[in-house]
Amino acid sequence: MDALTLHRIHFAFTITYHYLFPQLTMGLALLIVVMKTIALRTTDPDKRERYDVTARFWARIFAVNFVLGVVTGIPMEFQFGTNWSEFSRRTGGVIGQPLAMEGIFSFFLESAFLGLLLFGEKRISRKLHWFAAFMVWLGSWISGFFIIVTDAWMQHPVAYHLRPDGTYEVTSFWGLLLNPWAWLQYAHNMSGAVITGAFVVAATGALYLLQHRFEEYGRVFVKIGVIAGVASCLAQIFPTGDMHGKYMARHQPVAVAAMEGLFHSEPGAPMVLMGQPNEQTQTIDNPLVVNKVLSFLIYGTTTAEVKGLDQFPREDWPTALPLLFYSYHIMAGLGTYFAALMTVAAFLLWRGKLYSTRWILWPLLLSFPLPYIANTAGWMTAELGRQPWLVYGLMRTSEGYSKHVGPATSLFTLLGFLGMYSVLSILWIVMVYTAIQKGPKAPVVDEGHDAHTLTTA
Amino acid sequence: MGTLWFWIVAVMLTVYVVLDGFDLGVGIVYLFVARTEPERRQAMHAIGPVWDGNEVWLLAGGGTLFFAFPLLYASSFSGFYLPLTIVLWLLMVRGLSIELRSHTHDGVYMALFDATFSLSSAMLAIFFGAALANVIRGVPLGADDYFFLPLWTNWRTGPNPGILDWYTVLGGVLALLALGLHGLLYLALKTTSELNARAKMWAGRLWPVVALVTAVSVPATTVARPDSLVHYHEHGIAWMAPIAVVAALVTIAVSLKRNWEWRAFMGSCGYLVSMLVGAAAGLYPVLLPTVGTAGRNITIDRALAGAHSVRVGLVWWSIGITLALIYSATVYWLFRGKVPEHAEGYGH
Repeated sequence: MDALTLHRIHFAFTITYHYLFPQLTMGLALLIVVMKTIALRTTDPDKRERYDVTARFWARIFAVNFVLGVVTGIPMEFQFGTNWSEFSRRTGGVIGQPLAMEGIFSFFLESAFLGLLLFGEKRISRKLHWFAAFMVWLGSWISGFFIIVTDAWMQHPVAYHLRPDGTYEVTSFWGLLLNPWAWLQYAHNMSGAVITGAFVVAATGALYLLQHRFEEYGRVFVKIGVIAGVASCLAQIFPTGDMHGKYMARHQPVAVAAMEGLFHSEPGAPMVLMGQPNEQTQTIDNPLVVNKVLSFLIYGTTTAEVKGLDQFPREDWPTALPLLFYSYHIMAGLGTYFAALMTVAAFLLWRGKLYSTRWILWPLLLSFPLPYIANTAGWMTAELGRQPWLVYGLMRTSEGYSKHVGPATSLFTLLGFLGMYSVLSILWIVMVYTAIQKGPKAPVVDEGHDAHTLTTA
Repeated sequence: MGTLWFWIVAVMLTVYVVLDGFDLGVGIVYLFVARTEPERRQAMHAIGPVWDGNEVWLLAGGGTLFFAFPLLYASSFSGFYLPLTIVLWLLMVRGLSIELRSHTHDGVYMALFDATFSLSSAMLAIFFGAALANVIRGVPLGADDYFFLPLWTNWRTGPNPGILDWYTVLGGVLALLALGLHGLLYLALKTTSELNARAKMWAGRLWPVVALVTAVSVPATTVARPDSLVHYHEHGIAWMAPIAVVAALVTIAVSLKRNWEWRAFMGSCGYLVSMLVGAAAGLYPVLLPTVGTAGRNITIDRALAGAHSVRVGLVWWSIGITLALIYSATVYWLFRGKVPEHAEGYGH
């Protein structure tokens, strides 16, 4: 394999693996704030106890995922320089800004308040402990924002100026942070993170209810998961997905054509539900289509012409076209399924039948891996759709990698990361499984901080 | 403006070395200073609440470096590809060792995590020292401002160096010793009874070795980098740094003798700060010097990001770092004082 391919796989693998953790922690952080808020506001002592225990349990799961997110995130910050040095040299004057801001504004905040959230409960007041949960949520969402700003600039560069030496500089700080692409993508992405959090919480609750263990908490988990789930799943489609898609159709029409598998421009373009794009014949094999729907989704009328791939020079087509097509369809298909499942579950919750309806608890339990797949597929859609550009319209991916780092060196470290991450995966499964098996009321192994702070304060 | 950002980055990385330095140092000396399980818990507990926040200084410093000097980031990170990747793996192993140790009560696993924690800490200290020595010695920059260094070549400085040569190995050894001493003094400050006494005893033994290697490193630097004193000759104030190094070393020795734990640790902080400031003063205004004739030094002027972003950056950086200092200070204040002897676990 050539150096470009290996550097791309290197980045794709490490970022995909990394994002398994933040998507849960960002979603869960919000749900923990909700749990803490309910516990803080209720006057019923039983309910307060129940929500406090719930928040404590999910903070423990959060912590495991947070640590893995941190250790797999550090390589990302290094990798811009190690594997994509020419990209960093040319665009560091722009993207260095949000990346540095993430470190300064988010990492310090998260590391300080997570300690307080996990170990400070007996030591600080209830309100202050709620505040710690709030700050952890804030920190993780700020972190996500700066990463999205970075990616949005690569997708839709704004507020830049090309210097004579070939590097880019920012012309407007607010222009960079207020990039419309960033805000649309942020809304869609964070809603996606809440979906992962909601499904994981609901699935754990469903497991407890099906097993008839910790049922008191199972009900709380399912309730929180389903309410957050139905809200985020609907928001994922409308308005966030809809707006993001329309904006993308305006600024990256070739990516949208490839996502939809539309080889030829046509008025009243159909939407392909399933099929296999065939680049040789420029058709979809085994197509399952709905007529005119694509035109309607993008332009709001069934007759509008949607630009097909034939409108664009071949060298500007996304390089991994079938993979892009599948990523998009997996994302959209799963998103539709999530909305349907959560709507039915929410209806049953409203009717008071959810906790005993096994045929809905089973899919809630079994579906928890699917948001991970959908979020990953969504990011693959965004990033494969950006190809062949590294910075859309400005710099091609083939120009950005580290020319002095040979393919064998890149492969060497890729294999190292594969090995390292295999070990991490095993640890993650063991730790999360153990926590769920022990149940919400299990004593925390690690009470040292309380002991320590109590005696030293 | 460039000078300001040079010192901002230098200060952030110095803060990183001083803060994460003591928890790396605890890792270095951990296996032979903390012998029993309660002692190991105590040692772990001394760094438990803060190590993760300390490491953030590395990330934030790295991010700031990328922001202010993209060319330096691009050139050095790709040129030091292999050692940086190994540093990443070590950071992972170390972070996980600390976390996982707190999640288990099984002696076998604890022994394993103790060993990986200590080994990764020591390796990181060596790598960081060698990295700094590489920057001081210079790298073979090409005309395109890039380079790629193998891990080793012939172990000599000169036009065709590797990451490891006699000089950078010396840098690694010095970092290992200095951070080991730093960790011992931190342990002395935070612990009681036997662990405290043992930490002080080892610190007393290690002190002369650190002083000796420090003394050797000065002439070694002038050999590896003959023009390293140019800036010192131009700006007399730079000589404050080596004077401060000597003063700090004396402070440590005197404080150890008089049993002043706090002053000894402060002396060690002062030692690390003045060593790093001395190195930065020797480099300035160069960020990454070259060896050989193919390329030019990467200087502040050549690497600085656009005028608008560094100006705006000053505003948000000041706000952000003030907040960060408040958070850090709060955590240190909450966990101030000695760790009790029978501390239960530690954690994040």
